[in-house]
Amino acid sequence: MAQIAESGGGDHGKKGKKRAKKGSTHVDMTPMVDLAFLLLTFFVLTSTFSKPKVLPLNYPAKIDKRKDVKPPKVNNAATFVLADDKVYYYRGEFYPKSRPGANGPTELQEANFGSGENSVRKLLASWNEYVIKNKAILQKQLDKKQIADSTFERKLDELTVDREAVKVLIKTDDKALCKSFIDLVDELKIANVGVIAPTELSPGEKELLKDKN
Amino acid sequence: MPKIKMPKGTPSIDMTPMVDLAFLLVTFFMLTASFRNAEPVTVETPSSISDKIIPENVLMVTLDKDGRVFFNLSNAEARKEMLNNMLKKYKVSLTEEQVEEFSFMSTFGCTMQELPAYMRTDAAKRASFPTEGIPTDSTKNELLDWISFAAAAAGNTGRTAFEEAKAKGGEPKMEDFKPKFILRVDSKTLYKDAAIVIDVFRELNLNNLNFVTSAEAIPVN
Repeated sequence: MAQIAESGGGDHGKKGKKRAKKGSTHVDMTPMVDLAFLLLTFFVLTSTFSKPKVLPLNYPAKIDKRKDVKPPKVNNAATFVLADDKVYYYRGEFYPKSRPGANGPTELQEANFGSGENSVRKLLASWNEYVIKNKAILQKQLDKKQIADSTFERKLDELTVDREAVKVLIKTDDKALCKSFIDLVDELKIANVGVIAPTELSPGEKELLKDKN
Repeated sequence: MPKIKMPKGTPSIDMTPMVDLAFLLVTFFMLTASFRNAEPVTVETPSSISDKIIPENVLMVTLDKDGRVFFNLSNAEARKEMLNNMLKKYKVSLTEEQVEEFSFMSTFGCTMQELPAYMRTDAAKRASFPTEGIPTDSTKNELLDWISFAAAAAGNTGRTAFEEAKAKGGEPKMEDFKPKFILRVDSKTLYKDAAIVIDVFRELNLNNLNFVTSAEAIPVN
């Protein structure tokens, strides 16, 4: 393939004297360069730079069913119910129709995954305002180097389990897709919600959901 | 006025710098490229804002959109230990070569009864192996055994790797060497099906799970 082009050669047949070849020897590099670019194109197109990312989520430990453990009372709770392709929510504790609370029985409100009115993002931003506001203050202190990285992390962890911070329960219907579940967890992480507990639907909630459809 | 002489013959351009650069780039891409292992299932993961990169020592359960369960353990040595324990428990036998081959495979999914046939299948044809995935029902919960053996084996290899890193000097964190539990679900998987797998993990008291997601831009407020 590689040819050596000789210049000033071709005359040693006539004369008996052998002369050293003069001039430069040129190697035709075109095929090599072609190959190099071919390989380059191949690797550029096939290589994937981004490794997949992971979304960590801590599940509550399994409760021993033999022991009668009552679920702990959570203050400032919000519950999201994922159904087919819709997402509902209610605040605070669940009050069935037979035993209404101070504000009457619990009703499911509809939300969506957009960014406009009634979106999960807007709702969470307003509920979790306390945490978001305090996080901004901490971030400012961190930027000014008033607090260390580790202090920032610790304070942020404390903040998300604060009394004022919103705690979220996620309950899923049989028809809910993983996508909406991950989307919801994602929204919660955006809103700095620290306590996320995926749990099962209670019979009362199932009934409310049935009425909705 | 003198005539401008046009140069005769072909003009030659010195291509050396370009070729140097081309080879530099080829070398770079060749060395950085990592090839994906053949997977028996294609899974389209949902997206999230998380920027945590998938860790090294992982135990991964994959759920396709029909709810079939597949399993993968990243460490080859741990895979062998896990497989031998499983073979012993379910009284299934594989040849020495098959065990060796298994340790270098990636994700797999079949019942223990199907395993010898699965291993005999040509590597390229395993993707179309007719299977219902790893059984998770409470009467025959093979996934629970896979996970518990895998967690034990990966824990052992993680500990040895930690000791080695410590012997080399530096201050490695044990946390980085512990096996992580990863759940890879398709966007269209029913959460109900994922909940079954999650319950298996919780049964074994493994409550810190990670969902594989593709990256997404963080919204700016």
